[in-house]
Amino acid sequence: MPAADHRLTTLEVARFVVDGYLRFDALVPDALNRRVLPELAQLATTKLPQAIGLPPSEDAVARPPSLTPLSQCYPAPSALGEVLRLPAVRGIIESLVGADPLFDHDFVHMLPPRMPHWQHLHVDAILDTPDPTFDIQLFYFPDAVGAGEGGTRFVPGTHLRRVRAEDVSRYRHVLGDERFVGPAGTILIFHHGMWHAGEANPSDKTRWMYKIRLNPRVPQVRLWNTDDFTAHHNDAADHRFATMRFDSVAQVLRKEQKWQLGHEVRYDLVQRVRLWRYLSGDDRFDADYYLTRLEQRATLAESSTPRAQS
Amino acid sequence: MTTRQQILYLWLAEGDLATAVVGWAFHDGAAGRGPALPDGEPPYATGTAALEAGWFLLQSPPPVAVQRGREYETGHLTNEFVFERRVDCGA
Repeated sequence: MPAADHRLTTLEVARFVVDGYLRFDALVPDALNRRVLPELAQLATTKLPQAIGLPPSEDAVARPPSLTPLSQCYPAPSALGEVLRLPAVRGIIESLVGADPLFDHDFVHMLPPRMPHWQHLHVDAILDTPDPTFDIQLFYFPDAVGAGEGGTRFVPGTHLRRVRAEDVSRYRHVLGDERFVGPAGTILIFHHGMWHAGEANPSDKTRWMYKIRLNPRVPQVRLWNTDDFTAHHNDAADHRFATMRFDSVAQVLRKEQKWQLGHEVRYDLVQRVRLWRYLSGDDRFDADYYLTRLEQRATLAESSTPRAQS
Repeated sequence: MTTRQQILYLWLAEGDLATAVVGWAFHDGAAGRGPALPDGEPPYATGTAALEAGWFLLQSPPPVAVQRGREYETGHLTNEFVFERRVDCGA
């Protein structure tokens, strides 16, 4: 992201479309991370019992209800609110779901030391409708996470695959899956469809992660810093098997994830193109011509429809 | 003699057994009393390599007729092959 404008660039948003996530290491200053940790511990004492159906205690922490505009969540004084209002964090959020999206829910994912439990791969919520709109989920790690310390597992590029939430549990290992390792203050921004799972924490250290889901309430069209949009947004003729550009959005979208070998990536590319059409507002956009050739032929079918006999 | 089943799911790049493994899951009914998977990610480079290592194919994915209007949908990993190996666990 540019230094003076914290919104994402066109190529960063294109990478989000391909991978389903963006990563920002140590984005939150460590002094603020230190102040957030006790707030998360307090929030966890409210959220965890509620999640298993227990009523909140009398000293439950104030927390926002669903449908609250983000700007009204965790008002000052709140270290967690300070994180969500950091210009760099706001710029990322604005780029993907608008300046003041709705709070969906949040949760504190605290893994105590030597916790053997691990989750199956899953998608949050349930099966989606096929429209291209999306929520984002911020995964904020206020403390450093080393290898083997319970870093979240996820499979880049799975976010546009339509599956029931738990049906992907059968995939114990997928080529290219990642387990988060990173410094304190790192934020991962996920498309809500990402396949992911909590890991065991065999270490002697508590693993902290705060997750918040945000819903857009404006069309997610060119919300980012579009200074570089014209330079990279390509037309429908950007075609690997004809003539292609190497500096275009299409070239970013062509990325083959490690689990997308052979022709499989072409079907995923079509999904990425559909999402980019929505984000860019250009319903003629294409990469490698897969949709354009079909749309060209469809016009022939329409024009050859027999006229009603008089 | 007590026999227990080991099950290996392999998800391959294409519908041909000789194509590359992109995902896998191992379920061990012998609870460690049989052979383990070889080290490496993936444990076998292809479905054929699993056959050569002594796995027996139980199921291969049938071609699926494409539904009109859903031609370009993506969802589960497409090419799921299921293998078994039987382990003699003694009396």
